[in-house]
Amino acid sequence: MIQNLMDGILTGSIISLGAIGLTMVMHMLRFANFAYAELLAIGAYAALVFDRIFATLVPLTDQAFGGLSLTWSLTLATLAAMAITGVSAVLIDWAIFKRIREKADALSMVFASFGVALIVRNVITLIFGQKAQFYSNDIAFAMVLSRDPLLLIKPDQVVVLAAALVLMALFHLVLSRTTFGFALRAVAENPVLAQVAGVPLARMVIMVWLIGGALSAAAGVFYALTNHLSPLIGHNFLLPVFAATIVGGIGSVYGALLGGFIIGTASGLALQILPSGYIPAMPFLIIIAVLLVRPQGLFGEAQT
Amino acid sequence: MIGVISYLAFFGTVATILAIAVLGLNLQWGNTGLFNGGVAAFFGAGAYGTMILGGPSDPLQFGGFELPYAAALTGGILLAALVAWAVGLLTLRLRHDYLAIATFGVAVALESVARNAEWLTGGAKGLRSFPRPFEGLFSDQFSYNLAFLAFVVVVLIVVYVGLERLIRSPYGRVLRAIREDEIAARALGKNATRLRLEAFVLGSAIIGVAGGLYVSFYAFISPQDMAPILTFQIWAMLIVGGAGNNRGAILGAFLIWGAWTSSGFLLARFAPTAVQLYTGPIQYIMIGSVIVGMLLWRPQGLLPERIERRKTGSEAPRVNASRG
Repeated sequence: MIQNLMDGILTGSIISLGAIGLTMVMHMLRFANFAYAELLAIGAYAALVFDRIFATLVPLTDQAFGGLSLTWSLTLATLAAMAITGVSAVLIDWAIFKRIREKADALSMVFASFGVALIVRNVITLIFGQKAQFYSNDIAFAMVLSRDPLLLIKPDQVVVLAAALVLMALFHLVLSRTTFGFALRAVAENPVLAQVAGVPLARMVIMVWLIGGALSAAAGVFYALTNHLSPLIGHNFLLPVFAATIVGGIGSVYGALLGGFIIGTASGLALQILPSGYIPAMPFLIIIAVLLVRPQGLFGEAQT
Repeated sequence: MIGVISYLAFFGTVATILAIAVLGLNLQWGNTGLFNGGVAAFFGAGAYGTMILGGPSDPLQFGGFELPYAAALTGGILLAALVAWAVGLLTLRLRHDYLAIATFGVAVALESVARNAEWLTGGAKGLRSFPRPFEGLFSDQFSYNLAFLAFVVVVLIVVYVGLERLIRSPYGRVLRAIREDEIAARALGKNATRLRLEAFVLGSAIIGVAGGLYVSFYAFISPQDMAPILTFQIWAMLIVGGAGNNRGAILGAFLIWGAWTSSGFLLARFAPTAVQLYTGPIQYIMIGSVIVGMLLWRPQGLLPERIERRKTGSEAPRVNASRG
């Protein structure tokens, strides 16, 4: 029970990071982006490439920190992957979504995002293969927190949770303390009014893709570090991140954060009563429950 | 010669069944502007429903009620409609994104039920030995397959004619009115939410028909048959053919299914073994590129929607559709 809860919180932090950008994009560009979760996969695989490059160039960086499978090279690779993924998000928007946005309605964008997701996922499969991969082939031993009930936690998981919380705190500081953060919130709340107030919308859209891409890349690396890399990362996280945005209310960054933790812990706790094969359906059940009780989500404005 | 005809009959049967599903999606997306992200779920509901009601009994398995074929197929269709009704009821009054996400979610949920609920669906190995309809009337497999092709073509024609009459009726005009400008339609006293729900359920029922026919043809169903790629294939068919045009929908089904099977054949025949391992991903990229490419360069499809306009000849921009 407590083990499932702990694992759920960890998954929740990864979902939260993925949902922050999605909720902003969905609210600003007014479309459900089904390609968004592929950014997690792009980030995870970009980190794999950079990790190998750094480790080859400077073998010294390939030393794991005590007890962790995290290395200096992977840390740097994660930062590089965050940048690359942010840029790819901007490029995808520029090459496809922007052009469709200019001439068609929001539903065509939803359509296109499904196509983009399919292309990205399978290009990754072509390049890296279908097999699961790991950043490090050393076995990461779990620490025993308690024997009765048996509680296990991997040092990697602790680091990942801490890093996720640090990223969220940083993002919160940017949102609440900087002019840029104010502009971002203004755009997220009402794009038209923000433009009237002198916020350059086109530039903010680029910034949102950059931030969303970077946070998603971190989420992807964190998942891959504590589980494994697979081209299906994007597909598997798509419904959870959507559920997080709906639980939190579309457009609410803090709602998405909380929503991610709710989805993660609920899916973890559901293991108590459901066989693990049904866990992919959990976010859907939560979406249905939210739509029944409070369709606008925890922090969302009522929409019809 | 018999081999070629036999293959063409096989190809034609599958393409016709998929064309029926594309017609169902066209009612939802093309005529009413509803985004169905889980075509595979309704296809699977129709297929599994038909199989469970009409399949052979098995002591280890729930279902296998051995109902007559018509009753089993009707049950499958009703199951697809019921799922659509539940999802639609919850989401159709909200922003359009919710329907897209919820239908995608229902596909994930139903696929996980199909994979895991062994007592009901047989799990990953699926359910087999569906008694194919009228099989006893034919002496050999070849003539049965031709007769089955004729049967699905008749169903396709019935669905096509029915939908053509529907969209040309005042009812169809209201659906298009809702798609173009919901607020205006509501101002005219049309209950937009109820009409969209009806169109969504009817469209999903038609996709369920396709699922039921699919299981009748293969006599076998497994979770693989309702994998997410099916949703993408059906969409690519609609968008290539032309959303809003039923003839385009059928044309798209045959074109994309032809491209899909021939690309699979060519890769298997001529590509080096290392490439063959990636036949799936290569074909998926093809489908994704078709969807994105059509949206970018020819969003109206090969056969665009034809709307009889009396007073204004200009194409109204669909800006208001996004306000759902």
